[in-house]
Amino acid sequence: MNAPMADPMLTLYGESFASRLLLGTAGYPSPDILARAAKASGAEILTVSLRRESARQRTGQGFWQLVEELDLKLLPNTAGCHSPKEAIATAQMARELFGTDWIKLEVIGNDDTLQPDLFGLVEAAKALSEEGFKILPYCTEDLSAAERLVAAGCEVLMPWGSPIGSACGLSNRPGLKALRAYFPDIPLIVDAGIGAPSHAAEAMELGYDGVLLNTAVAKAGDPVAMAAAFGKAIEAGHQAFAAGLMEPQDMASPSTPMAGTPFAGSGRVS
Amino acid sequence: MTEKPSTLAIRGAGITGLWQALMLARKGYDVTVYERSETPFTDTASRWAAAMLAPRCEEESAERFVRDLGLRSIALWQESYPGTIVNGSLVLTLPRDRPLLERFSRMTSRHERIGRERIEELEPGLADRFETALFFEDEAHFPPEAAMAWAQEAAEVAGAKFVFGTEDYDRNADLVIDCRGMGARDDLPGLRGVRGERIIVRSGEIELSRPIRLLHPRQSLYVVPRGNQEYMLGATAIESDEGGLISVRSTLDLLGAAYALDPAFGEAEIVDQGAGVRPAFPDNRPRIILSPRYIYVNGLFRHGFLLAPALGELVANYLEDGTREEEIFADSREW
Repeated sequence: MNAPMADPMLTLYGESFASRLLLGTAGYPSPDILARAAKASGAEILTVSLRRESARQRTGQGFWQLVEELDLKLLPNTAGCHSPKEAIATAQMARELFGTDWIKLEVIGNDDTLQPDLFGLVEAAKALSEEGFKILPYCTEDLSAAERLVAAGCEVLMPWGSPIGSACGLSNRPGLKALRAYFPDIPLIVDAGIGAPSHAAEAMELGYDGVLLNTAVAKAGDPVAMAAAFGKAIEAGHQAFAAGLMEPQDMASPSTPMAGTPFAGSGRVS
Repeated sequence: MTEKPSTLAIRGAGITGLWQALMLARKGYDVTVYERSETPFTDTASRWAAAMLAPRCEEESAERFVRDLGLRSIALWQESYPGTIVNGSLVLTLPRDRPLLERFSRMTSRHERIGRERIEELEPGLADRFETALFFEDEAHFPPEAAMAWAQEAAEVAGAKFVFGTEDYDRNADLVIDCRGMGARDDLPGLRGVRGERIIVRSGEIELSRPIRLLHPRQSLYVVPRGNQEYMLGATAIESDEGGLISVRSTLDLLGAAYALDPAFGEAEIVDQGAGVRPAFPDNRPRIILSPRYIYVNGLFRHGFLLAPALGELVANYLEDGTREEEIFADSREW
């Protein structure tokens, strides 16, 4: 038997986590349902997005206090920033507000698809890296952009599955596989586009290290139950990858040996 | 309650306090309302409300009992307030966002799915731009200022007294009912502010006769007719306890969405803008919190106009015979 060992822990910037799900905190029916969903999912990292005006006035404390009471790792997010300058300023505010140098770096290039502006992303990553931030960049599966991000100091990459909130799953599976093969030692997390637990499991089966999602849980009919379902799917996909998935093939391949069995090759047995 | 109170001090003259005063004065209690602001309705979150009575639409993200309280409130508004307009509400999306309409339909009840012709019949101004919509027939609306002014007057007619410009209240009253919203924040751990932004525009070219919700992945919009060619645009629910001015981004989002709904909004005049802060508990449920001589009615979240009458009735029933609905009533020592 030759299968890679399933690493029980997800390690990012030297910190280890038992869960491979990173859960967003926006759009739940209430903070209470968010808290219960986070618990049901088993997630140990929550992303929090910051509106800059809120940070400036130090408002929204009520909500953040509730999130902080969950006692999970918080990953501030520069969601909605359209330029490196804006993203850098938001990251700096987030560091002050949440007391962490971890940042999910998002620089949005296109408002319609919310796809990342890779040029702006690399620029912001360079600047923030010099300031000592631990950056988790929201990127695409583009290999050369990924290389630049790693060169800029990113020790984690977070390519999209498909556009944010689209629930389309992994729209470029070969591209994501190539990224995995190209960066065997960098933790890779699929961020965005996940609509169903099967999408999350699929990412993990490709050998990804984790999945980040928000809307699919927050907007589910029952967010708490959906969070639990995602937790299980990610666990299952991770285990399956480590166990070694069989290769698909075009022809049927019987699961019981045929030679020596009665009626072999005679067609349907009636 | 061990002994039935006769004199009641109500703190706060937002929509919650007004309905407590109205209900309880009508039941014959000796009611006095104490309000911090000098002039009525200047300092309350209710002032920034859209006053949509849309319990079925709210079920998209609220619990069923909130919907049921809302339906009860609509009946109470209709019974008492002649300004209540029951024209239903309409929920739409741009064609590419159709999945949002499907989700909305799945999460809510008692709506009719309507097509082009029926949309044109209901709202001629929206003809030809929308293929399909959800119509919630039994929902209502009105301009909030007029409704608050009516509620104060009706409470006064029923015998309630109002004292403006004071944080203080009669400490010898048999019972205090605290309806101060965010003003009671220091007393109520977990109470947080949820900011809502809104813009009022005026246009003679737009003709909408019921609240419209335009669903959008990032910024949903509602448009509520206020009469006199005015429309309130709103929808944002931001986790923030800062009121005051509206941000440029929210303005762009709201006006952009309105323009997508009807290009005639491009020619409208902006009459007013601003943001209010609604009080909410962590589960976004309203609460009636009891202690021997002091009751808090708080956490109405973005459902002030929708829930205030029903909560007035619940408190009145409680004082009458001790009835308490477990989902809403709590004892202060649990708090």
